[in-house]
Amino acid sequence: MAEVNTGGGGGKEKGGKVRAKKASTKIDMTPMVDLAFLLLTFFMLTATFNKPKTMELNMPDKPKADDPEPPEVNIKKVVSIALEGNDKIYYWRGIDDGQPTATQTSYSKDGIRKVIMDEDHAVANTVFLIKPSDKSRYKNIVDVLDEMAITKAQRYAIVDHTPEDDAIVSGNPAPATPK
Amino acid sequence: MGKVKVHRATPSLDMTPMVDLAFLLVTFFMLTTKFAPDEPVQVDTPSSVSEILLPDTNIMVITVAKDGRVFFTMDGKYHRAELIKKIGEKYGITFGADEVNTFAILSSFGVPMGNLQEYLSSEPEARKKILQPGIPADSAHNELADWIVFARMANPKLRIALKGDAETSYPTVKQVINTLIDRKVLRFNLITNMETAS
Repeated sequence: MAEVNTGGGGGKEKGGKVRAKKASTKIDMTPMVDLAFLLLTFFMLTATFNKPKTMELNMPDKPKADDPEPPEVNIKKVVSIALEGNDKIYYWRGIDDGQPTATQTSYSKDGIRKVIMDEDHAVANTVFLIKPSDKSRYKNIVDVLDEMAITKAQRYAIVDHTPEDDAIVSGNPAPATPK
Repeated sequence: MGKVKVHRATPSLDMTPMVDLAFLLVTFFMLTTKFAPDEPVQVDTPSSVSEILLPDTNIMVITVAKDGRVFFTMDGKYHRAELIKKIGEKYGITFGADEVNTFAILSSFGVPMGNLQEYLSSEPEARKKILQPGIPADSAHNELADWIVFARMANPKLRIALKGDAETSYPTVKQVINTLIDRKVLRFNLITNMETAS
């Protein structure tokens, strides 16, 4: 119960007469409880529950001079995703065979996620090249990497954004060398 | 007519179980709370669906602020003390015992080597007011690379995490990533937030 027994019972013997102490032995706990709840509220509010999460990223090593030439990739298996300024995003299939036309899409669920799924379905083992331009934001690249994780796309790489890509995005690719 | 009898039972309530519970919770939160170290700059990380938790120990965090300034931190007091001594040797700066101790318990910082000694020897309050220019990470004068190399020497188990602001422009991040690749750090973590329902 909300009381503290002082133990020992009541009163000293005084002059042979036993006197029962009549004072209440109850302590008012309210201030303590107030304090306890104040502290509880403080710690609950300051507790950080959302610990930061991380995303793992593996990058290839820089090719060394004596490395063998990497195997050719079938250009039909390559889809480029260009991240432009102002949160714009474009994609196209193929490298510079003929004239790839860039299609604009968005970072939404029906945008790039669908593109990645469709393209991965259309050709098995599609390689996605993520090309962040200098105008893009860090958020853009994390978003695309995230979409790769969501769609479980297996093959993707972050590569440099070249002037050729700029030309493709702007809609007038440099004339391809006829074959 | 029956007389209404005033119920004389005491109105006091037994609070003990509630108090017990309250103190239990207070104790729990007190023990589990870890106060966030004061960061020199507010960083708003992008969100992702990733659910890998950032490890608490053996971690080095490179922060890239919105304006492109680069900050560095790592955990472990002893490793940090070792780091500052080693990097001091390379730059020909001898740090006093006080400065080493200050560095060991410092949070994220972003000052070039040239100003580090001055930064460490200033008073804690004054230190907060100094506008940190960030660690130089450009190709001409890349101090970040040295921090990475020496940090990994001080603690070989170190994992490297990159904490970028969502608004940071990509070239700055690219520079940091290239610095990491140049130093043969090919596996690193990007710190993100939990995805909020969209």
